[in-house]
Amino acid sequence: MATSLQIKDHWAEQRLFTRRVIVAGLLVFALSGIVVARLAQLQIAEYDYFSAQSQGNRIRVQPAPPTRGLIFDRNGQVLAENIPTYQLELTPEQVPDLDATLEQLAAADLIAADDVPELKSLISSHRRFDSVAIRQRLDDETVARFAVDRPRFPGVEIRARLTRAYPLGKAIAHAVGYVGGISVADRQALDSRDYAGTALVGKVGVERGYEDALHGNVGHADVLVNARGRMIEVLDRDAPEPGNDLILTLDAETQLTAWEAMAGRRGAVVAIDPRNGEVLVLVSTPAYDPNGISAGLTRKDFRTLQEDPDRPLFNRAVRGAYPPGSTIKPVLGLAGLDYDFLNPEERHYCGGFYRLPGKSHRYRDWKPAGHGPMDLHNAIAQSCDVYFYALATEMGIERMAMFLRRFGLGADTGVDIPGEKPGLVPDPGWKRAAFSRREDQVWFPGETVIAGIGQGYMLTTPMQLAHLSATIAARGKRFQPTLLKGFRDPETNSTRLLEPESLPTVEIKEDLDWDRIISAMNAVLQGERGTARSVGMDAPFTMAGKSGTAQVFTVAQDEEYDADEVAERMRDHALFIAFAPLENPSIAVAVVIENGESGSRAAAPVARAVMENYLEKVL
Amino acid sequence: MSALAGNSRTADISALARLLSGLHLDGLLLMGIAVTMSIGTLAVYSAVGQNDALVMNQLTRMAAALVAMLIMAQLDPAWLRRLSPWVYMAGLALLGLVLVSGDVGGGAQRWLDLGVRFQPSEIMKLGVPLMVAWVLHDRPLPPSFLMIVTCLALIMIPVALIALQPDLGTAIMITASGGAAIFLAGIGVRYLIGAGASALVALPALWYFVMHDYQKRRVLTLFDPDSDPLGAGYHIIQSKIAIGSGGLFGKGWLNGTQGQLEFLPERSTDFIFAVIGEEFGLLGALTVLLVYLAIVGRGLYIAATAQETFGRLLAGSISLTFFFYVFVNTGMVTGLLPVVGVPLPLISMGGTSMVTLLAGFGILMSIQTHRKLLAR
Repeated sequence: MATSLQIKDHWAEQRLFTRRVIVAGLLVFALSGIVVARLAQLQIAEYDYFSAQSQGNRIRVQPAPPTRGLIFDRNGQVLAENIPTYQLELTPEQVPDLDATLEQLAAADLIAADDVPELKSLISSHRRFDSVAIRQRLDDETVARFAVDRPRFPGVEIRARLTRAYPLGKAIAHAVGYVGGISVADRQALDSRDYAGTALVGKVGVERGYEDALHGNVGHADVLVNARGRMIEVLDRDAPEPGNDLILTLDAETQLTAWEAMAGRRGAVVAIDPRNGEVLVLVSTPAYDPNGISAGLTRKDFRTLQEDPDRPLFNRAVRGAYPPGSTIKPVLGLAGLDYDFLNPEERHYCGGFYRLPGKSHRYRDWKPAGHGPMDLHNAIAQSCDVYFYALATEMGIERMAMFLRRFGLGADTGVDIPGEKPGLVPDPGWKRAAFSRREDQVWFPGETVIAGIGQGYMLTTPMQLAHLSATIAARGKRFQPTLLKGFRDPETNSTRLLEPESLPTVEIKEDLDWDRIISAMNAVLQGERGTARSVGMDAPFTMAGKSGTAQVFTVAQDEEYDADEVAERMRDHALFIAFAPLENPSIAVAVVIENGESGSRAAAPVARAVMENYLEKVL
Repeated sequence: MSALAGNSRTADISALARLLSGLHLDGLLLMGIAVTMSIGTLAVYSAVGQNDALVMNQLTRMAAALVAMLIMAQLDPAWLRRLSPWVYMAGLALLGLVLVSGDVGGGAQRWLDLGVRFQPSEIMKLGVPLMVAWVLHDRPLPPSFLMIVTCLALIMIPVALIALQPDLGTAIMITASGGAAIFLAGIGVRYLIGAGASALVALPALWYFVMHDYQKRRVLTLFDPDSDPLGAGYHIIQSKIAIGSGGLFGKGWLNGTQGQLEFLPERSTDFIFAVIGEEFGLLGALTVLLVYLAIVGRGLYIAATAQETFGRLLAGSISLTFFFYVFVNTGMVTGLLPVVGVPLPLISMGGTSMVTLLAGFGILMSIQTHRKLLAR
């Protein structure tokens, strides 16, 4: 073989290997020497120091949890604060028999028996010498009862801790959110160092979205303890840095107005300042009491909330997806103008229904007798369906979808509340991907027709509709909706306000087209034949709006209601978008009322009440 | 031969020697292992709070590991050589399987459940030195550049798979075992310098692109443990207090406050050396180190006197890797090295690594006891 040139020289290899083994041996000695030197340093040279640290008394590092930042509205009203309450804490290493102790605590009615398995896994996820909160917000009676039984429960103590309180309760629940005990799942997502000693973490809403800013930085104390772990003296303290206070864009008073206007309804109200994207109102009804929920509900109470058919835990403002109905018409009208499918002055005859060429199916107008001859202005003001059926068919679904997406529909708005839903702007491409059966994947011309009045597959959230309304008000200028106005440093009281964040502007070829659309929307509320003129006529300021009605197709099969209840839930959803005043739009609103039947009659008054309350203060 | 009727003591010794050589065991190595395990059992007994059940478990694992050693010692090195590539390939396949469908434990995906739960990375601790020794055994040494590159690739593939799990400690140990084999094969000094230089260059890349946050934190904490006294720094602070307060003679068995009062985390596993330092003092710690050095020395002697290249490289690599374990663990416990999960060999509580270690010693014994008399 050619490789025979490379002959193995066994003796040379053996000598080479031996040399290497000797080198390796020397290395082993050298490295061992380092370890020996280190041991000598620790055990002889620094013996006194380490001995003192370990002798008799011992040092234990205790976390000093930071104080959670407060939350204010834009005018300085407190939305979330910290109040001292008593809680029951358990230190695993001081409890002789954990299972028995938890059982006895449950028997003495100090914790709920249902919660025991969850508590066990929570306790096992902590270090043995860290105390774990097992029940929060004890009332005086429970504190007294525990005091009597205390000798029976070594390792279980009552401690005063700061807990969270929300003075406005349910009205701000879905905007601000709430904090709750750190679950095992939370624990995996959080940095355990930062949360040593902290019992609460933001669960939803702003409390969750700005958890990092609110939380602050953990400090620690080197504590001298005796052999049984009892604290004797604090040696060294590294103070925690409290979390930042948040100044929200919300206006608490207007928020309450919206909340009261929605009393007894299921739905949502969102108001945005069109000039900067600041969210002024975010209401979702019904709501839960954030005070109760962050006090730690028992499993049973929480299940009751979860199983309530009105879904009080569901944040309709950012997660509720509804067909926009006729509220989409102003945007489609604008699209028609910008794509040159419309002459605004040209009239089309509305005879009460629309037929696709060569088809017999009638797409009916909401007004059976028809609106007669309609131009764009009146088609919006009177919400003529036939006009928009025809416009949609001419433009085609793809152009419509493209234009709607420029207003932020079909995508998360990016508002700073976690868990937002993107809604849906349907087009043939979406349908192909969304359905598996070939016959379901076809886009039918009839689906384009009903998309013209915001029905069919199209879905929007109240947050998206408010953003859309604000975009029209600002004539295409778009701002990132946000609930955060700025931060306040609790130590120096200095505030840092955030700049509004611009989003891509909706560019329209002719600026006059904005005027046409806004004027038509003004006529909805303040024109002679507007659909919501009864709401807008006597207003002390100018405003523009558009009503909408969304069909409810289905009721879940497994729900049980009496006949009246089912009928109520079959009614159409009522929607309304609006902004005011026209001279300098300062507030844009979207209102959705589930099964409210009529956008003009049910939703428009809520929108007006919200705008009026806010404008009274700022104008 | 004239001392046939010598005193009974020499007769006993030669009987023992015959028994050992019949079982293909090396007496000196066995003695070192036995002494280490005995000290280890005492330390574990103290560290687990005198929990008899846990100590019995540990003794059972030791027995299983000794059986593994006995089996490996019977395998002729020539056999082992032929098996090497297959062991390596099987290990590689299992590592791939772990990444696809392994069980997650402690945030990392290391375990595989094929009837018994085990970590395939353990196989590679022997698989890699076997493979490198197999590749180099019939080539002229020192190895050519091409051979070095081949060996490096064979090392880095499993190492990368293990680092992905992520299990940095094992990845480092396996790199070391392969590197030791290449070094002993006589790799040129200029390559060594080149490797050192490129390692220095690669370090920042490793830091920014490969290491996880928790790994970075461990490194940073090493330089300033007080910066993070609640997290990674806690281990180092408590471990140093334990060792330092042990002084020259120690606080006495079962009397170490740091360990007994549970200040010291992971005291029966990765941080057992701190318990030894606290309870047996500097003298105890030095004794343990000396026994380790004796084992390593015996291993290197076996390597130096082995007859075949395969056996030489394998024995040398196993011995040096064993030392590397000792160094990394004691370095980490004394606060010289970052906290990587490397147990103190033969002492730390835990099963899988014990079996692998003793299987390695079985191989050493096999190399020592399967000598061909003709060659001399």
